[in-house]
This record gives sequence, C-alpha cells and structure tokens, in this order.
Amino acid sequence: MARGIKDKVAILGMGCSKFGERWDCGPEELMVEAYLEAMEDAGIEPSQLDAAWFSTHIDEIGTGKGGIPLAVALRLPNIAVTRVENFCASGSEALRGAVYAVASGAADIAIAVGVEKLKDTGYGGLPTGAPGTLTPQISPNGSAPGNFAQLASAYRAKHNVSKDDLKRAIAHVSVKSHANGVKNEKAHLRKAVTEEQVLNAPMIAEPLGLFDCCGVSDGAAAAIVTTPEIAKAMGKKDIVTVKALQLSVSNGLESQHNSWDGSYFHTARIAAKKAYAEAGIDNPRKEVSMMEVHDCFSITELVTMEDLFISPEGGAVKDVMDGFYDADGPIPCQIDGGLKCFGHPIGASGLRMAYEMYLQLQGRAGDRQLPNPKIGLTHNLGGGPSQNVCSVAIIGAEGA
Amino acid sequence: MAPKSVGLTAFGGYIPRLRLQRKSITGANAWIAPNLVGKSKGERSMGNWDEDPITMAVEAARDLLGGDEDRSHVDALYLGSTTLPFSDRLNAGIAAAALTLEQDIQAVDVASTQRAGTTALLQALNGVAAEAHKHALVCASDKRKTRAASPQELEFGDGAAALAVGSDKLIARFIGSHTATIDFVDHFRGSGEEFDYGWEERWIRDEGLAKIVPACVEGVLQKTGVSASEINHFVMPCTFPNLPQKLAKACGILPETVADTLRAVCGETGAAHALVMLVHTLQKAKPGEKILLVNFGGGCDAVLFETTELLTAMQGDATRRGIVGSLADRQEETNYMKFLTFNGLVEWEQGMRAEQDKKTALTTLYRNEDAIMGLVGGRCTETGVVQFPRSRISVAPNKPTVDTQEPYKFADRKATILSWSADYLSFSMNPPNHYGIMMFEGGGRIMMDIADVVPGEVDSGLEVRMVFRVKDTDDKRGFKRYFWKAVPVRNVVATAQAAE
Repeated sequence: MARGIKDKVAILGMGCSKFGERWDCGPEELMVEAYLEAMEDAGIEPSQLDAAWFSTHIDEIGTGKGGIPLAVALRLPNIAVTRVENFCASGSEALRGAVYAVASGAADIAIAVGVEKLKDTGYGGLPTGAPGTLTPQISPNGSAPGNFAQLASAYRAKHNVSKDDLKRAIAHVSVKSHANGVKNEKAHLRKAVTEEQVLNAPMIAEPLGLFDCCGVSDGAAAAIVTTPEIAKAMGKKDIVTVKALQLSVSNGLESQHNSWDGSYFHTARIAAKKAYAEAGIDNPRKEVSMMEVHDCFSITELVTMEDLFISPEGGAVKDVMDGFYDADGPIPCQIDGGLKCFGHPIGASGLRMAYEMYLQLQGRAGDRQLPNPKIGLTHNLGGGPSQNVCSVAIIGAEGA
Repeated sequence: MAPKSVGLTAFGGYIPRLRLQRKSITGANAWIAPNLVGKSKGERSMGNWDEDPITMAVEAARDLLGGDEDRSHVDALYLGSTTLPFSDRLNAGIAAAALTLEQDIQAVDVASTQRAGTTALLQALNGVAAEAHKHALVCASDKRKTRAASPQELEFGDGAAALAVGSDKLIARFIGSHTATIDFVDHFRGSGEEFDYGWEERWIRDEGLAKIVPACVEGVLQKTGVSASEINHFVMPCTFPNLPQKLAKACGILPETVADTLRAVCGETGAAHALVMLVHTLQKAKPGEKILLVNFGGGCDAVLFETTELLTAMQGDATRRGIVGSLADRQEETNYMKFLTFNGLVEWEQGMRAEQDKKTALTTLYRNEDAIMGLVGGRCTETGVVQFPRSRISVAPNKPTVDTQEPYKFADRKATILSWSADYLSFSMNPPNHYGIMMFEGGGRIMMDIADVVPGEVDSGLEVRMVFRVKDTDDKRGFKRYFWKAVPVRNVVATAQAAE
C-alpha cells in the first residue's frame, strides 16, 4: 500500500452555511457564507490561497459547469479552480483534491468548497437526472429512495429479519438523528420525532416512509487545508489532521454480476478497510470516537454500520436498537443531525461531515459537544446501492 | 387452389392481463349514456399503459416461438393491425428486433382494414405456397382507442394472436380462400384521427354483413369444393349478438358450429380478432375438422383450414398459452378512471417529475439495438460469465477478459427478484413504480421495471419472466421507446388447460 496521507495535512479553517430552504440565497451567496466563515477561522487572506477545488453535482440547476462559478462568487485571485463531480460524494472529492495538493507540496494552502442549490427545482426531492443516452433507454425511471429502499428487501432476505423489525430499526435511526438535529442551529430540520411518527409517515418507496428520507436542502461548506507545520507556524493550537482519505468506485460488479447480494455496499467495505489501514486503526469499534455517515435514507445508515466494520455482519439492527449510535452511545453517529436533519445539499455534504468532525475535535460543537473525541470518521456515498462512489475519511487530533 | 402442404404449424396468443368490468364503465357513464347500461355484462381486456399493438404482437409471437433461442428458420414476418404506433418506421421491424429474428427476412406491416389480420395470414400462406418463404410468422394485434361513453368502449378489447405458416408439420392444412374487396364504409378512421366514425348499425348489419359475408363464404366453398355442412367451426368476429349464427344458417352451415366471439371475456380485438378467435378455436378443435375463418371489413376474407393429428400435441403443450391460457391469466379491473388514464382520455396532473425529456438518441438505440430491443447481453467465452449489457471488458471478478464476449439472450430465461421497491415518488403511469434487480438463471442480472403487479405482490425471491413493453413515450416528437420488463411467473396455463 502507498504511504498514505496520515498527518500530512492539517485543517486550517472550516465554514458551513446554514442548511435548509434558503429561498433568499442562490448558490453564490451560500458559497460566500461558508467561505467567509472558513477564511475567518483560518485567519488568512485570499492571496494566501494557492488552489481551489469546487464540488457541485447538479448542472441543470445551481451554478452551472466548470470552476468559474466559484472563482467569480469568491473573487478568487485567479488561482486554479478544479470543479469535481462524483455524485453525492462530490464534497469529499473536493476535500481530497485540496488535501492531495497540499500533501504533494504543490500548494501550501488550498481550499475546498462544495455547494448545492436544490430548492430551485420547483418540487420536493432531488431533481430527476439525465444520465447519458443509453441509461434512460434501459434503466427504470426510478428515484433515489426507490434505489436505496432495495437494500431493505435484500437485507431482510439475507439476514432473515422481519419487515416490522427492520422498519422499527430504521425508524430508530431517524429518531436519533432528529434528536441530534434539534441541537444544531445550522441544521435544516430541528424537530424531534417519535418512533410512532416515523412508522406512520406516508410511504415514499417501500419500506421507506417520509422520515426515512433525508432533507433536501440548500447549503455550502468549505475547508481550508495546509501542512501541520504551516498551521503551527501560524500559531494554531489543537491541530486537526487528516488520517485517511479513501475512495472506492463501483466497476459494475454489483449491477451486473450475481456475486453481490444487494444487502450491503461493496465499495464501502473496500474504502473502509483501506482507510483504517491508512489511519493505522486496527479495531474501529473501539478506536473510532464518532461518525458522520451518508444517511441519505435510514436503511443506508443501518447497513453502513456493518460496511464500516463497526457492527458485526447482521448485527446492525441490534446495535441500532441498543442505542450504540445514539448521542450517548459508544460511537455517536450523526451528532450534527446527519443528512437526515442537517440536510443534504449534495456538493456540500462531504465537507459538512468533515466540518462537524473538526468542530468536535476542537471542542467547539456547543450543545452537542461530545466528551473528548479523538478520531472521527466520515462516510460519503454517491449513486445507489448497485452502482456508487464511496468515500471514507478519517480525521483526528494530531498524534491520535 | 393452394398446394396441400401449406398451412399452419403453430399458434400463440396474448390478451392483456387486465380485464375491465363492463359494469364499471356503464356505471360511471350511466348519467350520460343510460342506453348502454344494458351492455354491462362481462369484461373487456385492457392493455396496460405500457402495452401497444407491437408489444402485444411480440408477446403472442413469443408464445408461439417458445423459448428456443434459434429463430433463424423464420424468414418472413407479417404484422396486421390498424393501430400501429408508427406511420413511417417499420412496425414489423420493431417486432422482428424484439424477437431477435434474422435481419435477412421480409417484414411487412399490413394495415388500414379490420381484415388486416386475415390479409396478413393470406399473404403468408400465399408466400409459402409460392415458395417465397419457408416459415412465415403472422401476427395480428390491435389496441383501438375509443371515446368515453361510446358503445365501442364496451365492445372492443385489446389483444393479439400469432400463427406460424409453413409447409411441414402442419397442425391445420390450408384448403383455400376467397376474398372480396368492397368499399363498404361501415366505419372509418381518417389518417391521424384517434377515433372511429361509424354509420347506422342496422344498415351495416342488413346491407353489409348479411349480404357480403354469405357471398364470400359461397365463394370459398365453391372454389374448394367443400360443402357447407362439412364445416365444423364457423369463426367470425362480429359484435352483433347472434348474427354469426344467422349468417351461418343462411350459408347452410350448422349454427352450433359458430365459434365464441369472446365478447363476455375479452371483447373484440379489432384487426387481431379473427386470428384471436382462430387460435382460440385451434386450442379446442379435434383433428380432421374443418375451420372456416370469416373476416368482414372493406369486403370480406373467407379462409378454410382442416386440422391435422399434430394439433393434439400442440394443444397439450403446457408452455404454450394461446388465447385460452391468456384469458385465464386475468386480473379484474374495476377502475374505469385507470382505463381512461392509460388510454390518454383524461388530462391528469402528472407532476413536474413527468416533465423529463424523453428524447431518444437514435444513434445510441441502433448501436445497442440487440441489447435494448432483444435483451441480448454477453457471455465471456473464456470464463462463461454472463452479463448485461455486453462490454469489451468482462465484468467477471478478477478476470476482466477483453473482447471475449459473445451475444447471450436473456429474454426467455427465468429470473428471480434480488431486491426491489415500490416507489411512490418517481413518475409512473401506474404508481407505485415497481422496479428492482432481476437475477437470471444461468447468470447475469438487470435492474429493471416490474410490470403487471399490485402493491404487496412483489418480494425478494419471486420468480419472474421477461416481457417486451413500452419504456417511455416521447409525446413531443411522437416517438416510443421499448424495453423489457419483469412480470411474475403465474402458472395459469396449466390450470386453464386442466379446466378445459
């Protein structure tokens, strides 16, 4: 394995806009909101930025293509801006670009900004895409919930879980995230819900009801990265470093070969293994302090607990019901509310996850601050169960 | 007179699973059409939103051809219909692609008359007799659009039939035929018009059917030297109650030989109906019986067959649905609004998700024609790994062989559902939108739509088979996309045969 990224890059500053139905803002204003917070946090001038990575997913609405929208909105000093798009994992992809630029020495300070303006669609849920010219001729006219819901049917069949037991477990996933979102003033959805409410919500895609689906939100997030040495020279304390950044992309095996059983994410398991190796983590269930995972749907979060090797295979239902991932559990998950309640402005989500880890590691998470976390994991997924992009990143206190 | 060796070698049928209850129609329309309340008995077949004359013809032909992958013996395809979706794009060519027939065949659309089905059949019979073809496939299919509260809405049905014509292993020998071409306009549908315009029924009955049919029957009997009393089955589509019996009697044919018009269970399937009724008759006839097929419309066709001993074996083939099996595979539909919606007769709120542009890249379609139209994937000749779609580099785990794939047909393989959902969010003409991953016997999987199901019916492990359906309609440009969908395997054919 390559030498890896561990502790080579530090986070100098981060910012995140308020997520939600930002009727007052276009993508430009959202980017500026996250950028100004990150710049103030980093304590640098625009002229100190060497390069930028910009993530946004949907072209039809939002910023339009290329790196120009970021450069114009932020009035960047004519530096390189690379636009990245990797489905819902785009935000992690932007962070990866900036981190690698610093690690390589090509840049001293780099910025990653992600944004999505989803509420210019005219309807709820994600816009329907136009994926090339062949796919529409052969693939169902599905939706994100319809694709992810399929995990439930395959998981039930594989682990012999009853419909009701699985429905209740995924309901708990959402109840927990809603409880966490209440404490986050930047979150889109800040109302607690009961298990009964979740179970009785209107069906979106069997078995996922309304509360099994994450918020569709406007928002932006930004990260400014540099080397630990430069950060220290700038007088920064409590340095937070990147321990691992791994990305695994489906090659068609899941969608075309019968070796995949439909109940888990093939890519997540690969990315997780590589990330643990890169970060030097041997026992994730013991060593990871907290997680932000890609809970686009409650069932996604549940199976991801196994894919990240935190819950044993077939054991996620029990762990979830035992409160293992609750705010007061051994590994709090979605402490900021997650995609479920913080919201899911696609291009920003990977960076939003890192933002929460960063705040928690620096002890700046306010009402939702966890006691002394050392290692945070972010899991950012794009696509659907049978074909996807999966990022697993580990961020921690320097030396942890 | 045709050579003795020409005739029918196989049959197939397809009637859509949905059966709209006539009382649901008349009940909804009683306020505006009280005169139709008396026609409330029975049910009519109702194509699903994604069925059209091509998809129904393909299903009837697949029923006829069976699961055999080698279809190279078919050297002609005749498709009869008055409701073909394309005015200028060979509709029979679409069916040929879906059936993975060879390219070096003649495929012909036969249209513009209720006799299109029998005309197609006669073209095939004459073609084989003239040795222009060896094995011709004939399909007839219709899905006629009717105005709400019209008598046609109650009388019509949707359906298709298929017949194979050859000179060897006949199940029914072609004895002869007679055709009259008469511009008797009982009804018409102008080019580009959606609905039929009809004249007074009494005139159609007395001046049309009652005069033209007996003359045509007389013509075929004279030509063939067969006497009227020898006819065992008088097969004639007709929406006038008891008129076939009267016409048979007028011709000297025993009224008890008159075949069921299937009004009670299906309705009249337009240009397909003569062949639908013929297939239905073939499924019940005994060897050595004479079948007279009569079809009225812009004149009349009369076609005479004699069944052979081989018919019995084909009747006993449990894999063949025919019309009998199709009729048994039914689901009662009582929602008249659904019928109107499927047939584009109401403007309904489809939501913004339905606004997606369905423009089809014709270049892409042609490059992937066997995959899209024929559900042909690939099989790696080195590892045996099967996949869809075909690709230069194989999906085989740890063995991504390059350029080793040979075409591999999926359409007639059984599959089971690995994962699925019933999606209420995405746009569907028939929500919830069921789709999932189908795992095929012998390998390979495809994420695809699941058709003809109701909520609660689908689960992981359910056995499915493939059907050819409309994928999307591009209303802006008048184009239709076709692809394959999964439907549950329902073992109704054997049940139907046991009941016969």
